[in-house]
Amino acid sequence: MVMGDLGRDVDVVVVGGGPGGYSAAFRCAELGLETVVVDAEQRLGGACLYEGCIPSKALLHVAAVLGEAERAREFGVDFGTPRISLDPLRKWKAERVIGKLARGLASVARSKGVEVIGGRAVFEGSRELRVGGDAPQTLRFTHGVIATGSRPSPLPGIAIDSDRVMDSTAALALPDVPERLLVVGGGYIGLELGQVYAALGSRVVLIEMLDGLLPGVDRDLVQPLARRCDKLFAEVRVGTRLTALRAAGETIEASYGDVTATFDRVLVAVGRRAATEGLGLQRTGVRPDARGVIAVDEHGRTADPYLYAVGDVTGEPMLAHRAMRQGKVVAEVIAGRPAAFDNVVVPAVVFTDPEVAWCGLTEGEAQRAGRAVKIARFSWAASGRATTLGRADGLTKLVADAESGRVLGVGIVGPGAGELIAEGALAVEAALTAEDVAATIHTHPTLAETLMEAAESLLK
Amino acid sequence: MSRPFVLPDLGEGLVEAEIIRVLVKEGEVVREDAPLLEVETDKAQVEIPSPMSGRVEKIHVAPHQTVRVGEVLVTFAEADAGPQAPAAPTPAAVSQREGPVPATPATRRLARELGVDLRTVAGRGPGGRITDDDVRASAAQRASSAIPAKRAQPASGGPEREVAAKPLARVGLEPPPLPKFEQWGPVERQPLSHLRRVIAERMALSAALVPHVTHFDRADITELDALIRRDLEPARERGVTLTLTSFLLKTAALALRDHPTFNASLDAEAGELILKRYYHLGIAVATERGLIVPVLRDVDEKPVLELARELATLAQRVRDGKAGLEDLRGGTFTITNLGALGGTGAIPIINYPEVAILGVARAREEAVVRDGQIVTRLMLPLSLTFDHRVADGADGARFAADIVRRLEHPDQLLLEL
Repeated sequence: MVMGDLGRDVDVVVVGGGPGGYSAAFRCAELGLETVVVDAEQRLGGACLYEGCIPSKALLHVAAVLGEAERAREFGVDFGTPRISLDPLRKWKAERVIGKLARGLASVARSKGVEVIGGRAVFEGSRELRVGGDAPQTLRFTHGVIATGSRPSPLPGIAIDSDRVMDSTAALALPDVPERLLVVGGGYIGLELGQVYAALGSRVVLIEMLDGLLPGVDRDLVQPLARRCDKLFAEVRVGTRLTALRAAGETIEASYGDVTATFDRVLVAVGRRAATEGLGLQRTGVRPDARGVIAVDEHGRTADPYLYAVGDVTGEPMLAHRAMRQGKVVAEVIAGRPAAFDNVVVPAVVFTDPEVAWCGLTEGEAQRAGRAVKIARFSWAASGRATTLGRADGLTKLVADAESGRVLGVGIVGPGAGELIAEGALAVEAALTAEDVAATIHTHPTLAETLMEAAESLLK
Repeated sequence: MSRPFVLPDLGEGLVEAEIIRVLVKEGEVVREDAPLLEVETDKAQVEIPSPMSGRVEKIHVAPHQTVRVGEVLVTFAEADAGPQAPAAPTPAAVSQREGPVPATPATRRLARELGVDLRTVAGRGPGGRITDDDVRASAAQRASSAIPAKRAQPASGGPEREVAAKPLARVGLEPPPLPKFEQWGPVERQPLSHLRRVIAERMALSAALVPHVTHFDRADITELDALIRRDLEPARERGVTLTLTSFLLKTAALALRDHPTFNASLDAEAGELILKRYYHLGIAVATERGLIVPVLRDVDEKPVLELARELATLAQRVRDGKAGLEDLRGGTFTITNLGALGGTGAIPIINYPEVAILGVARAREEAVVRDGQIVTRLMLPLSLTFDHRVADGADGARFAADIVRRLEHPDQLLLEL
């Protein structure tokens, strides 16, 4: 403690202002606890708002508009060749999207009485936090919530110091539209940003180390996306490992498989890593594992009785909506309510064209577990709405318990899958049966009908 | 390929259980998790679920049979038998249910609020979904259940398994919610062990159900003490350590013969008092894991030396966690001797459904007036706590006086043997 620094006592300190952190803080404040958020950047929203979900979706919206304009030629509408001006695009993303949402979060914090302090936070013990920055201070707290999130993983074994090799944060800043872009990693980040740059005009080569895009996701769902990527990208190579990157003037020379090729930029999207280093956790009872992940129980408690953790620091799946639910649960637990993170599903979405979304049990998992299930596949070729959109390549898939008919998992690929999956998540979370879904009237003509149709096919 | 299924580890050092009912037939095809058998351990009735889906090839046990942990209960013929089929399942796998509990998030929250373990609730909604009504019914049933030990719970887990916190069975009153202790400082939550839970439930039941009344008395055991000291060495030569407790057991059993209402159980439902014509006395034993009450049979008929010998071996079995089912039940009256721990007296809770319990504190030399003279005598404080529904204060005083009289006249005690 700094001399003369008397410190300050609060009920709850939340370290990290991302979705998990601000959700916990807002709920704590609602429940009458004096709550302070310490954020290195003194802002709420975290990676999600500033360098993740939100900016990538803004850019994907731009890509979607470009894609729609191109498709419009099919029905006789030609907008001509689009001209893209990066400055207005960056300004729109920064001010009209991120800025607007950031101001919204800040005003919610003010209205709930949550104070946001800027500065690096270091635990001095299980109940004390030192905050660096412009106005160093010490906070003593009754409950601490660790919500420091994650950051992009670097390439293992390949070191290169060049701003032409970008992580997702750098790529979202949209420094330029490179003529040739290499995307390393066929997970959701690589696919989303690869499609953004492809739509803006880059010639994109994507390589993935494992033998398929979106490893672990149902192949039925990945196939339409893989076909689209084959069309959008110059090349997609799976089962291919990057072996070397060399800076060569204004370009980067990359070696992968048996190829060495030159690119203007490289995007490395090989996953994210829990950000728990430098927090002083060694002075608490919290011991992150080798990957930096903090283990928590269903109440969000760490091994240290004073400290909780939410969001990406608690490991996979590193998704903002999971963090937000965890944050609310932890706040209620701190306030003495009988809350638990007992969620059955954490839905996942890849916001590509087409979108891929899923939740709960997959067909493959059921097979591996030897679980008796019924599978429904409803092709969007039979959907009126999909046909009017010119998108018959979608698929809605349902996994239900063979005996009870309970919906155990849902997978969707097609435009709007990210919105449609909400109904699937509700069905699984609430233990609805296929009959419940089939007997609910769905508006016509919509893509949501495909869920009803899929459920109906299980009743026969 | 056949797969044997053995009685899993029941936890808390219990080594055996009695088969109450067999719920399947040979040749029947059962699903994983379907109930196979009902067994009774010392304190709880437990339903044993099927560890797998398959056909029951052979049932090796019958009702009323006592089986030990590891004994084969049932042999399954696997439907999809193959060379890769694993050998006998591990006990830990027994209670694992497939997939998540089918209930909405709001219902799951209600269950947490009411302290209901959803894994023990049968869902009556579509597709087996557990509804709010199912949860409330489960909570209400538990609250009204007169015998909380009947609550079925999944039997599972090896000794290394972490104890899962489960709510205690309620005994009528709904306890108000606890305050948020966290607001005053950090707290730590520890799940109760199986034994702690059983003790807690039974004590709460007894305290809530039985109007307790306690009568205090003191016995002059100067002569008895002298007798014990005199016979200590000869007894030891016969391999027995003579203790005051064995004399307490004997005197209590003899007094019970003259006061049968204290060797009884009240059948409130029938409006009858069940008088027991046997005198099996429980003796409270403190173990590292908690209180256990082993039972000595036919105490009235056995010589003190024999009682001392039995008591020593029984207490050792209990402390080693090797007590069998028969060692722990069938008691008609309980004695708890806290003398070794000091104190001047205690009011124990009746070991329901018994009628009375005798509490014994440390004997101390005291100045007592005898024939106008102040003399030093060794006085033993006693407390007799009994069920006021069954007996009145005067009955208790007379019963206690009979115990005191016998303790004070060990010579007569010998005549009664």
